[in-house]
Amino acid sequence: MSENRTVWEVFIQSKNGLAHKHVGNVHAEDKIMALENARELYTRRNEGSCIWVVKSKDIISSESEDGEAFFDPSNDKMYRHPTFYTMPEGSKYI
Amino acid sequence: MNNELLTYTLRIADNSLILGQRMSEWCSKGPTLEEDIALSNISLDLFGQANGFYSYASQLDGNKSPDDLAFLRNEREFFNQQIVELENIDFGNTIVRNFLYDSYNFLFYSSLKNSKDDTLSALASKSLKEVKYHLRHSKNWLIRLGDGTEFSKEKVQKSLESIWQYTHDMFSMDEIDNKMYRLNIGVNNSNLKVEWDRIINETLIEAKLVRPKDGYNAKGGKNGMHTEHLGFLLAEMQFLQRAYPNAKW
Repeated sequence: MSENRTVWEVFIQSKNGLAHKHVGNVHAEDKIMALENARELYTRRNEGSCIWVVKSKDIISSESEDGEAFFDPSNDKMYRHPTFYTMPEGSKYI
Repeated sequence: MNNELLTYTLRIADNSLILGQRMSEWCSKGPTLEEDIALSNISLDLFGQANGFYSYASQLDGNKSPDDLAFLRNEREFFNQQIVELENIDFGNTIVRNFLYDSYNFLFYSSLKNSKDDTLSALASKSLKEVKYHLRHSKNWLIRLGDGTEFSKEKVQKSLESIWQYTHDMFSMDEIDNKMYRLNIGVNNSNLKVEWDRIINETLIEAKLVRPKDGYNAKGGKNGMHTEHLGFLLAEMQFLQRAYPNAKW
């Protein structure tokens, strides 16, 4: 059984309209089982309204050595942050 | 009427409790970590369902608590179907047993949901959501195992042949069943057979398994007649309450 088992990354949407958040991973042989295993492991306490599973090997990640080139240039660009606005009262999830 | 309703409710509760206890035996022994949790979750669902039906039975009884009903009755006083007390043996065998039973249980609760008895109806609606998932779990695994390797196929086909004799009693109707059905409280079990056959046949085709021929019909669970397996299960489950009466967590 174990030779076919792949690792899947699990993303849970806690509420309609919110983004799916990465919560961890599961082992499974196929996509149906991946979804069911994710349900068993990560939504036992009523955490979710939707689950995504993605094969870990299908995720393309940036390399840590690229960190400088990828992220440092935004350090001094204050104007990219919406800090000049006042938040309307009562707005959530911004 | 109260006595019959009590027995009827106990039958449902006992099915859930005994299968829940069987499934709990998988805890820490599942084939994988994920499956271990899945099987234990199913067990907990079933204990929850049993608790609901025992609470109602306790009310109807007026004397015994739900715990008394679970822990202080003997084999012959349990009214569960024999199929739920069968030993797990191995993962494939457990899946076959659960698939055959889950298919029935799904149809049973779907029908009990319309009961005139408000409590039974509410308990059925609540249980139905969980049982839908149990069926999905056992059905998907049966398809994987049947349409898996030669070895897995052979094993589940054998389990199917040996468990089949315990499926007939799911659809039987005795005096109590008939009376509850006439009062629009209980389910007409024999009416569930057509739909059960459809689920079973479709799934077996997809799983590339062969439907066993009907033969010997093991029956009597609902009247307290059991296989030799139930006594051992009860001995383990009831040990603490029997050895240390009224022990509390």
